[in-house]
Amino acid sequence: MDAQSNEFGTARVKRGLAEMLRGGVIMDVVNAGQAKIAEDAGAVAVMALERVPADIRRDGGVARMSDPALIEEIQATVTIPVMAKARIGHFGEAQILQALQVDYIDESEVLTPADEAFHIDKWSFDIPFVCGATNLGEALRRISEGACMIRSKGEAGTGNVVEAVRHLRSITSEIKKIILADPAELFGIAKNLQAPYELVSEIHRTHHLPVPLFCAGGLATPADAALVMQLGAEAVFVGSGIFKSGDPAKRARAIVEATTHYMDPTILLKVSRNLGEPMVGINADEVDVKMAERGW
Amino acid sequence: MGLIIGVLALQGDFQEHALTLSQIGVASREVRNPKDLIGIDGLILPGGESTTMSMLLESSGLFPEIASALKDGLFVFGTCAGMILLAREVLDGRSDQGGFALMDISVRRNGFGRQIRSFEADLLVKGIEGPPIRAVFIRAPVVEKVAKEIEILAEVSYSFDDDSKRVVPVVCGQDRLLACSFHPELTSDTRLHQLFISKILSEK
Repeated sequence: MDAQSNEFGTARVKRGLAEMLRGGVIMDVVNAGQAKIAEDAGAVAVMALERVPADIRRDGGVARMSDPALIEEIQATVTIPVMAKARIGHFGEAQILQALQVDYIDESEVLTPADEAFHIDKWSFDIPFVCGATNLGEALRRISEGACMIRSKGEAGTGNVVEAVRHLRSITSEIKKIILADPAELFGIAKNLQAPYELVSEIHRTHHLPVPLFCAGGLATPADAALVMQLGAEAVFVGSGIFKSGDPAKRARAIVEATTHYMDPTILLKVSRNLGEPMVGINADEVDVKMAERGW
Repeated sequence: MGLIIGVLALQGDFQEHALTLSQIGVASREVRNPKDLIGIDGLILPGGESTTMSMLLESSGLFPEIASALKDGLFVFGTCAGMILLAREVLDGRSDQGGFALMDISVRRNGFGRQIRSFEADLLVKGIEGPPIRAVFIRAPVVEKVAKEIEILAEVSYSFDDDSKRVVPVVCGQDRLLACSFHPELTSDTRLHQLFISKILSEK
């Protein structure tokens, strides 16, 4: 066949990588050593960043895209996909990450937002984007801007799964409502969700979100991973939960096993034993900055 | 037709394979534990991360069971990561990356490059009638070498990052094994799955 027919950066190619990550664990790493531990433990991808969310919380100040040199070092260390974060609305950072050839860009509320009105026009990039969402309306607005994967936001850096559960349940219950709705009701639902009618109609027809739905923000144990997988997440992001714990390698491995065997309590029991100290964590109502409220 | 096809369901896009099989009227079963292999007529190794799957194959106890079923002549169809698991030799993989090493091909992991170099292409596949197949390649492996026992069913032309333009095999068959470096399960085209099923039926 002629190479002329090869097409790059199509929606199918961009969403396709998210499909391949399903049933897997994406781990936050801050250096090459951690990236190696994550890959050894069976991570399907790593998120390369300078500070995990727990440290961003502790340090305060403006959180920005990581130094490209750090990301390059991690790209050189692992064979699995490498993701990196850009600030909400900061297409300048996203352009740099695309030039760096990261495999996925996370337009993330964990970093300080750069634009208070607009998210990045993600259709204009050949690299796929993942965005956070707390409810279905937000998820569909991100998809209409070109996001190829949605992650429920949770509350990053807390080690508390309660917000992740809230956001995931919110998204899946709104999807169920759309599936059961009369076609005439879809217009009103779209208006209330502040989301495009076409995407609402697509959910009604296909019974699922147009892109994979992953879960993030506060997961710290194998049981947390099994919980959100049973609630409808298709894969999990673990940020501070691994490398802020006593035995990261063992915990990472256990969360990978739990994400695959989330319906098998015997295996969940086995992998939950003797994991050492979990990250300490903070309660959601003790949090000063609610990262999940960033994004619109 | 009464066939049951196992789909390795440790990680990756195994649900898409099950959906494609149901579209052609074939029953499937998710395989997570050795007992799930009992009574299957064929096995699909899906797309996903091959390093993750290798590790989970070991810890679930599936690895030796599938390896011995393969020796006993199980029909297997591997897509992308599944092709890597079948390949005799894996280049640019992890040194501890275990595979079944049964198909006489040598593959380079992520050989087309990073995600930005992922692509779609039209392919003519030997044994498949009608219009070309639209193939979706995601961080796909490149088949660098094939033994003479391998039947090359399709090839793609690609301009690699080192500016070399090469034609490489993308669908390979060998006895009861079928492997492709792209993802037929991501499109609505069911013809490659049908090819795998007819291969099983022809020997039943």
